[in-house]
Amino acid sequence: MSQLDEATPPDRVGAGGTSRDLRLTSLTKEYSSFTAVKSLDLVVPQGQFFALLGPSGCGKTTTLRMVAGLDIPTSGTISLGDTEITYEKPYKRPVNTVFQNYALFPHLDIADNVAFGLKRRGVKDVKRQVADMLELVELSSQAHKKPTQMSGGQQQRVALARALINKPEVLLLDEPLGALDLKLRRGMQLELKRIQTEVGLTFVHVTHDQEEAMTMADTVAVMNQGVIEQMGTPIDLYENPRTTFVANFLGQSNLIAGEIEGRDGDHVKVRVQGAVASVPGERAHSESGRGWLGIRPEKVLIAEAGQPIDAPGDVITGGYVTDVSFVGVSTQYQVRMPWGQELQVFEQNTGARAMLPVGTKVDVSWRPEFAFLLDASQDAKAGIEEE
Amino acid sequence: MATVDAPQDLPTGAGTRRPRRRLTGYWLILPGALWLLVFFVVPFYSLVASSLFDPDGSVLTGYEMTWHIGNYWDAFTQYKGQLGRSLLYAGIATIVCLVVGYVLAYAIAFKAGRWKNLMLVLVIAPFFTSFLLRTLSWKLILADDGWVVGVAQAIHLTDVLNLIGLTTTDDRLLATPFAVIAGLTYNFLPFMVLPLYASLEKVDVRLIEAAGDLYASPMRGFFKVTFPLSLPGVVAGTLLTFIPAAGDYVNAQLLGSTNTKMIGNSIQSLFTTQLDYATAGALSVILMVIIVAAVMIYVRTAGTEELV
Repeated sequence: MSQLDEATPPDRVGAGGTSRDLRLTSLTKEYSSFTAVKSLDLVVPQGQFFALLGPSGCGKTTTLRMVAGLDIPTSGTISLGDTEITYEKPYKRPVNTVFQNYALFPHLDIADNVAFGLKRRGVKDVKRQVADMLELVELSSQAHKKPTQMSGGQQQRVALARALINKPEVLLLDEPLGALDLKLRRGMQLELKRIQTEVGLTFVHVTHDQEEAMTMADTVAVMNQGVIEQMGTPIDLYENPRTTFVANFLGQSNLIAGEIEGRDGDHVKVRVQGAVASVPGERAHSESGRGWLGIRPEKVLIAEAGQPIDAPGDVITGGYVTDVSFVGVSTQYQVRMPWGQELQVFEQNTGARAMLPVGTKVDVSWRPEFAFLLDASQDAKAGIEEE
Repeated sequence: MATVDAPQDLPTGAGTRRPRRRLTGYWLILPGALWLLVFFVVPFYSLVASSLFDPDGSVLTGYEMTWHIGNYWDAFTQYKGQLGRSLLYAGIATIVCLVVGYVLAYAIAFKAGRWKNLMLVLVIAPFFTSFLLRTLSWKLILADDGWVVGVAQAIHLTDVLNLIGLTTTDDRLLATPFAVIAGLTYNFLPFMVLPLYASLEKVDVRLIEAAGDLYASPMRGFFKVTFPLSLPGVVAGTLLTFIPAAGDYVNAQLLGSTNTKMIGNSIQSLFTTQLDYATAGALSVILMVIIVAAVMIYVRTAGTEELV
C-alpha cells in the first residue's frame, strides 16, 4: 500500500522557491534470499521531520541506506526535487547520515570530526562554522577531546553536528538514539526536534521505537516486511489505524472479531458476540463479511455490573476482572469477556471510584467514535512486539 | 551498631591477606625476568665486554679486557660502508614491503571474502620451508641465463635498474644490490603483511562508509580514515621488517657479491673466521645503538601510542 496523499505539506515549503522533496518511486531492494524493500513509493516534503517506523528487519534501514547511496537499489528511483540521485555516489549527494553507532573517527578530535565534511569539499571558514556548530550541540568546551573520551550522549551530539554542519538537503538518522539510556533518550528527542525546527532541514528518522517516532515526527510511515503499511500524522495513525499491524505496533489495541452488518447512514454496524456496535464510516476499513472491531484500551470504560457507566456508548456486559495492575497514573485491567477473550482496559486514577478487585463482574463500554474496523483477513497479532 | 562494626572488621581481614597478594606480582614476573636475564642480559654483557677487549688478542695469545674504547672508532671507520649499505638496503626493502604488503593486506582484509583464511595461510606458507633453501632458490630464479633476466631485459627493467645503480651491468641481476634487496623484501614480506592485516581488519567498515557520506571520495577516504587507522600496523610492520633486515647476512651472502656486503656479513666473518671478537662486538653494539635510536625517533614521530 502506498499513501502519498496523507503527508501534510510543511509550513516552510519552497523557502527558495523550488520544492526539494525527497521522492522514492517504486524503490525495490532484493537480496539473493529475500526482498528487503518492495516497490516503495514515498514522498518526504521538504523541511519535514519524517519517521520511518517498523520492527527490525522491516526494510527501514535498507531504505535509508539507499537514500544515502550506501546501498544500490535493485530497481526504482530516488530523487531530490527534480534531480535524480538513484545511482549518484554517496560522496556526491547532498545527503548526510547520523549513523546508528555514530561512526565517529577515533583518530580525530571532536572539532576535526565535525570539520570532516567541510574540509573534503574545500569550504572556507571551517573554523568558525565548526565553532558555531559545536555551540549548537553544546559541546564547545569538548572540541579537542577524542570521541572515546566522551559519553554516549555526547558522541551522539557530535555525530549530529558532523552531519548537520554540511547543511544537507536531507539528514538521515539511523536509530540515532538506540544506544542511549531512557532518560538521555528523552532529552535527546526534544533536542533533535529543537534543532530540526531551528535549521529547517528535512529529517528522515529511522526507528523501531513507536513512542520516539510519535513524539518527534510530523509524519510517520509505518513499515512492515518491506512495504509501508500506513503513513500519516502520529495522531492519525494512532487514532485511526488501517491495519492490525499498525493497531498493535503503535500502542495497544483490543481487536474483537465481529460480523459486519453493513452501512447505516454514516456509520457501519458490526455484530459483536450478540451485541451491536457501530463504527464511524471513515474509520471502517472494511464494509462486509467478517471484521476486527478495534478499540484502544484507554478508550474502554469500565464499571461494576449493573452500575451506571459515565458517558457510555456501545455497552457489552458479562465480563469479569482477571488481573489488575496499578501503575500510578492509571490502573490497567484485564477483563475476560463471555466469549473467552481478554480485553485490556486502562483507567485514569481520578479517584472517582475505588479499584475493582480481581473477580469483579463488570460491564465495558466505549464511544462509537473511538472504535475502528479492520479487515478480518489480517492476523490479529501482527505487530505485537515480543520482548 | 552492626553497621559500624562491619567496616572495622574488614581492614584487619584484608590486612592478613595483603602481604601474600603483594608477592603474587613478583612470582608472575619471575619467569620472564629469568628469561631476560639468561638470554638477554648475560649475552649482552658478554658482547659489550668483548667489544672492549684488547684488539691485538688472538686465540693463541688469549683475549684481554683492556677497556679499549678505541675499538668502536676503528670498527666504525673501517666498516661504515657496510653499515650504511645495511641501513640503505633494509630501508629500501622495508619501503617496498610496505607498499606491496599494504596492498596485499588490504585485499585480504576487505576484498577476500571467504578466501580470507586461505590467503592468510598462503602468506605464512613460505615459513614451512627453510629460510636458506628459499633464498637459494632465488639464486636459480635470478640466474644469468634464466627467464627472469630475459624478461627484465625485454621490458628494459635492467636498463632502469642500471640507471639508478641497483645493478652494475645490464645483463645480470644476481650478485647485484637489486638481488639482495629483492631477497630481503621477499624474506621479510610476511612480517609486514601480518601486522598490517591485523590493523586493517580492525578498521570499522562503517567508518569508511561515514567518510563517503561526508563527501570523501574513496581515495580521500582511504588517506583520511583507513590509512591513519592502520598506522599501528604500519609501525609494527616496518619495525618487524627493518630491524631484522638491517642485521641480515644470508641474503647478501647468497644473492650478492663482495660489493654488496652488509654489516651482518662483516660481523659474521669477524666472529667466525677472523676471530676478531673485539671489532665484531663493537660493530654489533654500534648497529644496535643505531637501530634503537632510529626506532625511538620513528615511533615518536609516528605518534601512534594512543591508537594501539
